[in-house]
Amino acid sequence: MQREIYEPKIIGFFCNWCSYRAADGAGTARIKHSPNVRVIRLMCSGRVDPVFVLKALSLGADGVLIAGCHPGECHYIEQNYKTMRRFALLKHTLRAFGISERRVRLVWASAAEASQLTEAINELVEDIRTLGPLRWPANWAEDDGHLPAVDRILLEHQSAMEIGR
Amino acid sequence: MSDKGRLAIYWAASCGGCEISILALNEKILDVANAFDIVFCPCIMDTKARDVEKWPDRHIDVCLFNGGIRTSEQEYMARLLRQKSKVLVAFGSCACEGCIPGLANLTRRQEIFETVYFETASTENAGRVIPLPETLSNGFHLVLPVFYDTVRTLGQTVAVDYYLPGCPPEAPRIWDAVVAILEGKLPAPGSVIGAETTCCDECPRTRGEKKIKAFKRTWQIIPDADTCLLEQGLLCCGPVTRAGCGARCPEVNSPCIGCYGPNVGVEDFGARMIAALASVIDSNDPDEIDRIIREGIPDPVGTFYRFSLANSLMRRGALVPDAERLELPRPKIAAQA
Repeated sequence: MQREIYEPKIIGFFCNWCSYRAADGAGTARIKHSPNVRVIRLMCSGRVDPVFVLKALSLGADGVLIAGCHPGECHYIEQNYKTMRRFALLKHTLRAFGISERRVRLVWASAAEASQLTEAINELVEDIRTLGPLRWPANWAEDDGHLPAVDRILLEHQSAMEIGR
Repeated sequence: MSDKGRLAIYWAASCGGCEISILALNEKILDVANAFDIVFCPCIMDTKARDVEKWPDRHIDVCLFNGGIRTSEQEYMARLLRQKSKVLVAFGSCACEGCIPGLANLTRRQEIFETVYFETASTENAGRVIPLPETLSNGFHLVLPVFYDTVRTLGQTVAVDYYLPGCPPEAPRIWDAVVAILEGKLPAPGSVIGAETTCCDECPRTRGEKKIKAFKRTWQIIPDADTCLLEQGLLCCGPVTRAGCGARCPEVNSPCIGCYGPNVGVEDFGARMIAALASVIDSNDPDEIDRIIREGIPDPVGTFYRFSLANSLMRRGALVPDAERLELPRPKIAAQA
């Protein structure tokens, strides 16, 4: 049997004014790239609440790509600087959770930079392919399976104490 | 039997501070005793789980459950008390969000056992004995609860009617909750009984514009008594934390550490802290930003999730971190045996 190639699931948060258009441009220009990024369009990379990233990873995504306008070129003056600082704090925190910083990436891509954006997508996909799946919910799945030990307690009480006699 | 209500107070993975906080009701505890018979409370009375097992379902009117779920026995008691109670209250930070015991979710059972039973300086354990869930000794079959890798909150284990946050809940807030229960003026089931604003709103300090070039640890500066602590570079969790304590820590020059849990509308305490701090770091240079964060926040999870790790979106650190997994295929963590 042929060995299946692992296809990472990546969530992308793209800015409406630049990188989402770059992605559009990549389509128009028929640039080939990995199909692993599920893109969500936002009005600004500054709209990316850290909750979005944590939720994506904790629900089973293997990586996250945030794309926004180049520093100094934000449609909303300076929100992408906030993104830059949030992203630095987020990476610092994810590292402490044991998640490689190669799973999350912030790229700047203007509407004209379709090829830079697709390159970043391809790099991220290959990076995550080497890291392997994250499978975050499996981290506590084992403890959800201890029910026999819980049920056993009532039986122990019944056999050791007066209950049921 | 009197026509009083029946009150149960139980503890799981917790420190006992919640019981102390109930005692801090002082003379009002007599009013509680007038309204309720305390039918089950292992902390102060000789009551047994097997008494509870014999009661009909929904026999207890109100059960105040403090502590997280760390062992199979605690999970059993949570399920039992859920079944026997009309109203189950997650009482205090441990039951609501995991609290300090939940920080152990950054490690694993095996590592916790190695530290506790082999490595601490005061431990002498030449035989390398660790507690087992089942043992045969002198012909007796002895059992201990199973110790989980991951601390869970009460709400992640059973359905909870109300949450009363705080480490511990302040006595006046407990009293408010008791009155609400007695008068039947409770919010919608599943909600938090508490304020819907932040610790900053209770803080007497003056807030101005925040621009931070360096975060400070509490021992590094003596803060000015009137200015916002975050403005002075101290990592204060006030902007994210639910009000309820009266800003006791900031009042005595100590930053808020978030013990009252996330304010209403905050889904993940740490994520909101990250968003808040990103707005006040005064730099647009990636290298400088990295340096400010690296030097100022050495323990991001301990700082942003000190009380809420078990109830956060991530819930715990990776059982097998990416870095460890890539270096060598690690054998599956040995089962507790």
